[in-house]
Amino acid sequence: MDLGFTEEQEMLRNSARDFLEKECPKTLVKEMAEDEKGYTPELWRKMAELGWMGLVIPEQYGGMEMSFLDLVVLLEEMGRACLPGPYISTVVLGGFAIQAAGNEEQKKELLPKIANGDLILSVALTEPSAKYDPASITVKAVPDKDDYLISGTKLFVENAHIADHIVCVTRTKNGASPEEGITLFLVDGESQGITTTLLKTIAGDKQCEVIFDNVRVPKKNMLGELDKGWPMVERMLEQATVALCAQMVGGAQAALDMSVAYAKERVQFGRPIGSFQAIQHYCANMVTDVDGSKFITYEAAWKISEGLPATMEVSMAKAWVSEAYRRVTLLGHQIHGGIGFCMDHDMPLYFKRAKAAEPTFGDADWHRETVARELGL
Amino acid sequence: MDFRFAEEEESFRAELRAFLKKEVTEEFLRDLEERGETDFSREFTKKLAEKGWLAMAWPKEYGGGGATMIEQLIFNEEIGYHQAPTGGHRQGINLIGPCLVAHGTEEQKKRHLRAITAGEVVWCQGFSEPNAGSDLASLQCRAVEDGDDYMITGQKVWTTNAHRADWCHLLTRTDPEAPKHRGISYFLIDMKSPGITVRPLINMLASHDFNEVFFDNVCVPKENMVGEKNQGWYISQVTLAFERSGVALPASAKRMLERLVDYVKETKLNGNPLAHDSMVKYKLAEMAVEIEVNRMIAYRVAWMQNKGLIPIVAAPMSKLFGTELMKRLSGIGMQIMGLYGQLELASKWAPLRGWIERVHMFSLGSTIAMGTSEIMKNIIAIRGLELPRG
Repeated sequence: MDLGFTEEQEMLRNSARDFLEKECPKTLVKEMAEDEKGYTPELWRKMAELGWMGLVIPEQYGGMEMSFLDLVVLLEEMGRACLPGPYISTVVLGGFAIQAAGNEEQKKELLPKIANGDLILSVALTEPSAKYDPASITVKAVPDKDDYLISGTKLFVENAHIADHIVCVTRTKNGASPEEGITLFLVDGESQGITTTLLKTIAGDKQCEVIFDNVRVPKKNMLGELDKGWPMVERMLEQATVALCAQMVGGAQAALDMSVAYAKERVQFGRPIGSFQAIQHYCANMVTDVDGSKFITYEAAWKISEGLPATMEVSMAKAWVSEAYRRVTLLGHQIHGGIGFCMDHDMPLYFKRAKAAEPTFGDADWHRETVARELGL
Repeated sequence: MDFRFAEEEESFRAELRAFLKKEVTEEFLRDLEERGETDFSREFTKKLAEKGWLAMAWPKEYGGGGATMIEQLIFNEEIGYHQAPTGGHRQGINLIGPCLVAHGTEEQKKRHLRAITAGEVVWCQGFSEPNAGSDLASLQCRAVEDGDDYMITGQKVWTTNAHRADWCHLLTRTDPEAPKHRGISYFLIDMKSPGITVRPLINMLASHDFNEVFFDNVCVPKENMVGEKNQGWYISQVTLAFERSGVALPASAKRMLERLVDYVKETKLNGNPLAHDSMVKYKLAEMAVEIEVNRMIAYRVAWMQNKGLIPIVAAPMSKLFGTELMKRLSGIGMQIMGLYGQLELASKWAPLRGWIERVHMFSLGSTIAMGTSEIMKNIIAIRGLELPRG
């Protein structure tokens, strides 16, 4: 058993932290929350030059072929920096979908472009039902000669407004079970019939309503097999869930660090507020939540890295981390008092991200359902 | 990062499990309960000693097995899971033994360590006093120099197994003028010494585990002092040498969860299994998540210790998390059982032989004993996060 990171992973962490502190200051984060695109091509390009886009893409497709655990290290630092932009939607959701389901031609064409930073991807999965189960997939794809026609509304689609390609999860058949009859398509973001509207969200991330109105997609853009897309969605979701947990862990650690630092410097009644037991116990609760979140996330990430079944661990991680992150940021706000309630302060960035991350890829209740199922209940 | 255990570690676990399945049977545990000795069995302690497992992580030159902290973690996890009794050896193996290895004289080591590793001697801990609980360093039990001896007068309380113990490791005040942490000395005392009176304190489970211990001019030879005079506080705090993961708690919680899962599947209410109740499912799933978080927190402690790192935050965090979790889990267990949850061992109607309600009552003590949850948080905040002292 080895619960430590390797020297290379520590180096990756340190260099990512240094880079993001310099290139992604909180002023930029706040600016991007207001910006329509939500990212800057300059920073995206620099990240690509560091190899971050191709971190987990196989070498033969121009990537660095590192492990999922390496990615977790990087994602933690992104969470700490509140990095805005389409990293998860491109690299984790889109990238993993193509790696898992794409044919050789698709991989050869798309993966090197992801690795180079030339491609932005979005995955259109959720619909107005706002659930992550197969029964919620109702957007239809109907064959029409050499094409498919896609119609329906996708909601909470991250970065669809800037995506070069949208991976659209569609229903191609009403099968015996909801899992049956789901097919993935790679849709050109510029296709006729797509209407994208940006949603105004608390974290200022870029989620969209995407209306597909008879959008024509060539058959060769099918990702994976006809009607058999759901298992790929499940795998993609597992990876994305752990990726999000890693970001949350990084954010929670940052909120803790800020709060502890503030408790040491803020003086009331003639002494630092961190000398009061009430504040000390808040901090102890926070660090317990942060440390617990780390190792339950690492355990799930390790399982994925090793290619082991991880359904239980992934759900345990998300069920715990999404609530722990919320608790940590709430206590952080309480410690910061009035100053943390201000728009200009950094604390709200973390709280808002915690609230946005809670329901993303299934909230704690949803994942506890999975845990109950895995327990045989 | 690798969450896997090595092959030898897995085979050790398998061997240990087979042993515990054979030894720690329902009948064995029931027998202990009926004797009023839950969690205490000299015979079982001896059996562990014969297997070479009792002091497995102690250095070989002191009769230990030289095992790694990871092997010790596995041992403690299986012991916790199987509810095996540890009262016969916990103090000797975890506290005073490692302390003597680090600070004892050659004479003390010779006299005590082998007896501990052989499982022949039961130790109790004379630390807490009526006015020294969380503020342990304000203890008042006096030790006064008298020729070649010290004469000890005072009272200890919450002394687990004092009525069964052969020896006591005792903190006393030797300099009442010095600042409180600097006037304490540490002694080893034969419980058969004249002047010691042990009075039972019956706990809320109606069980006699701990005691009040009165010392009335008890004579202790000077050679029984551990470390130097007035250094007792610092010496007794050196508890680094034993495995501090607290993994027995999530392990025993896992066992409880498994039994609750079986219970809700088997128990029908108006024809429907309790397992169909979504509240029941939700709560058990929530507990499963917390148990896994607890297990990871505990594993990390052992892993740190195995690497020679000191788990300043991680060890108190594990104690805090594990004891609070056990309180929640057993409370939820009782809640799920509804009216049946209150039934005690003797009732034929008692689900799981009243195990859950007993653990729940016991859990109220576990968040107090060995440092309250609040003290754990103070340690995490002050020593770990370096927040200023109040």
